Amino acid sequence: MSQTSAVFAPWAEADAKPLISFDRVTKSFGGFIAVDDLSVDIYEREFFALLGPSGCGKTTMMRMLAGFETPTEGEIRLGGEVLRDQPPNARPVNMMFQSYALFPHLSVADNIAFGLKRSQMSKPDITARTEQMLELVQLKDFAKRKPHQLSGGQRQRVALARSLAKSPKLLLLDEPLGALDKKLRQQTQFELMNIQESLGTTFMIVTHDQEEAMTVASRIAVMDKGKIIQVATPGEIYEYPINRYVADFIGDVNVIEAHATGTDTATLTRGEGLKPLEASWGRLTAGDGKLWLALRPEKVQVSVDAPQGTSNALQGKVIDIAYSGNLTTYHVEIDSGQIVMAQEVNRRHLADRSITWEDPVWLSWDKGAGVLMRG
Amino acid sequence: MGRRVLIAIPFLWLLILFLIPFLIVFKISLSDYALARPPYLPQYNPDEGLWALISQLDFETYAFIFSDSLYINAYLSSLQIAAICTLACLALGYPMAYAMARAPKRWQPLLVMLVILPFWTSFLIRVYAWIGILKTEGLLNVFLLWTGAIAEPLAIYNTNIAVCIGIIYTYLPFMILPLYATLERMDDSLLEAAEDLGCSRLSAFWSITLPLSLPGIIAGSFLVFIPAVGEFVIPDLLGGSSNLMIGKTLWVEFFNNRDWTVASAVAMLMLAGLIIPIVLFQRQQERDREAGR
Repeated sequence: MSQTSAVFAPWAEADAKPLISFDRVTKSFGGFIAVDDLSVDIYEREFFALLGPSGCGKTTMMRMLAGFETPTEGEIRLGGEVLRDQPPNARPVNMMFQSYALFPHLSVADNIAFGLKRSQMSKPDITARTEQMLELVQLKDFAKRKPHQLSGGQRQRVALARSLAKSPKLLLLDEPLGALDKKLRQQTQFELMNIQESLGTTFMIVTHDQEEAMTVASRIAVMDKGKIIQVATPGEIYEYPINRYVADFIGDVNVIEAHATGTDTATLTRGEGLKPLEASWGRLTAGDGKLWLALRPEKVQVSVDAPQGTSNALQGKVIDIAYSGNLTTYHVEIDSGQIVMAQEVNRRHLADRSITWEDPVWLSWDKGAGVLMRG
Repeated sequence: MGRRVLIAIPFLWLLILFLIPFLIVFKISLSDYALARPPYLPQYNPDEGLWALISQLDFETYAFIFSDSLYINAYLSSLQIAAICTLACLALGYPMAYAMARAPKRWQPLLVMLVILPFWTSFLIRVYAWIGILKTEGLLNVFLLWTGAIAEPLAIYNTNIAVCIGIIYTYLPFMILPLYATLERMDDSLLEAAEDLGCSRLSAFWSITLPLSLPGIIAGSFLVFIPAVGEFVIPDLLGGSSNLMIGKTLWVEFFNNRDWTVASAVAMLMLAGLIIPIVLFQRQQERDREAGR
């Protein structure tokens, strides 16, 4: 194993074999299509996130992998092998349930050993493995407790240890941190990442929390209505969303509709009497037509005086100011009547803020700051 | 103050309707049989005071009961019939409760109602109906003779089998309802988790569903066993004169022999015997509450 390639990106390698591949998978329940002709490859050691609103099909995808649902059409392969006829108890896949599904009548140690006792493993090996898992999730002192004697965070760790005990090839995590409060959730996200890295197990997480997906995942699949809209690294998804749905789902965004012309740089005309904007084509091939400019609030500067040397500057009026401690978000009405959000890091004290409600301000951004989308 | 009054109500209820009658029966059991009205001595005489009364009480009747195998046998046969009926109710009730708990949610209220439905008719009438079914020229024998399954009518009526059928029929809902309650609130994802960790459907049932429904099994078993031991109406109507369950023995002593002291002593002993399972049952219920399940 060479550790020379610093960047982990098997999906970019032409000859990499996927661990899991969804091959045109459709799943319908009666008339409702939960997963719609979906294909995606997931590689070994990945921390893959399925992100989408409830009802987008992400949980169905996970349940098909675990074996609780069978695809209506298409095949799922794990290590090249078709999974269709393997029952859940024969798959090298384990799942951590959203409700944790800890067995209330068994102690923490017995919960963790539950899967091991149903394998060929010998008794001393089971004890050793259970010890090891208890240590991994730092619950050694709680081995004899029953689940109802644990806190939410401890239960979450028991569930994790239990699903990892059998060393699955793939671990499925269904909204694993949904029941935890925000502080604990953030801390647990890092624990999850550390555990995933140290074990090298492939993790697949289902979540509706975009921040969580951004933090933990190597790649994110953004889903909507049974389809994957975009699969990419968190950075890619954030900086280069392929359409308005993805741009809107991940973080805050201003979307400006325009008509584009030009070859090297796109000139965006927004309407009669409105100042044209400039944007680089980015990953789009140049071509005239209607499109949308996605502009992240933190990439828009607010200033009282007219800015110099930027490609785009618009005058507007402050409608609203949202102060959230570390950041301030200005809602500014621009010439077209649209509200554009601009975000500033509060480096100075609140009392020193020079802009207030109803103030005329300038918004400016670089032509490379936004991203153009045709959908 | 208001809270104390509120708590006092159930205590008062139990005092008047349970503890005082209990003490009266206990006192009678310690008295001696006499040709009197009521048929026992001593009786409380305000002139002599309470102590004179107490000093005349003794355990003679209890000694008599233990010396006569009739009562011991009645007691044992009651326990035996109650145990058999409890096991039968469990064997019949568990699959029913399981099916109810797994039925579509919108059907479940209807199914629960169907289990309770027999209570809409008087218990006594339902037991009488069983006479009509089980007697020699009853529905069951007529039907079996008609199908040719039997040549001679079955003699079920007036046997212990008829008593068991009656008890099982009557007490089955008391087994089904607590079982259904525990099975119904079981999280389906537990079974999925068990399968995910390597269990087959069957082994998931044995290692998860069954142990988790244990509180329901225990509650249902006690709810059937405890009243079945003292059951009187069913053995009287279906069991005929040969049946000697403890409840029936008590009735015979009281009404036929007019021996109130023996009847009271039998009742006391039955209660004493049932206190053990009742206390066990209470302890189990408490443990369940503590576990928050």
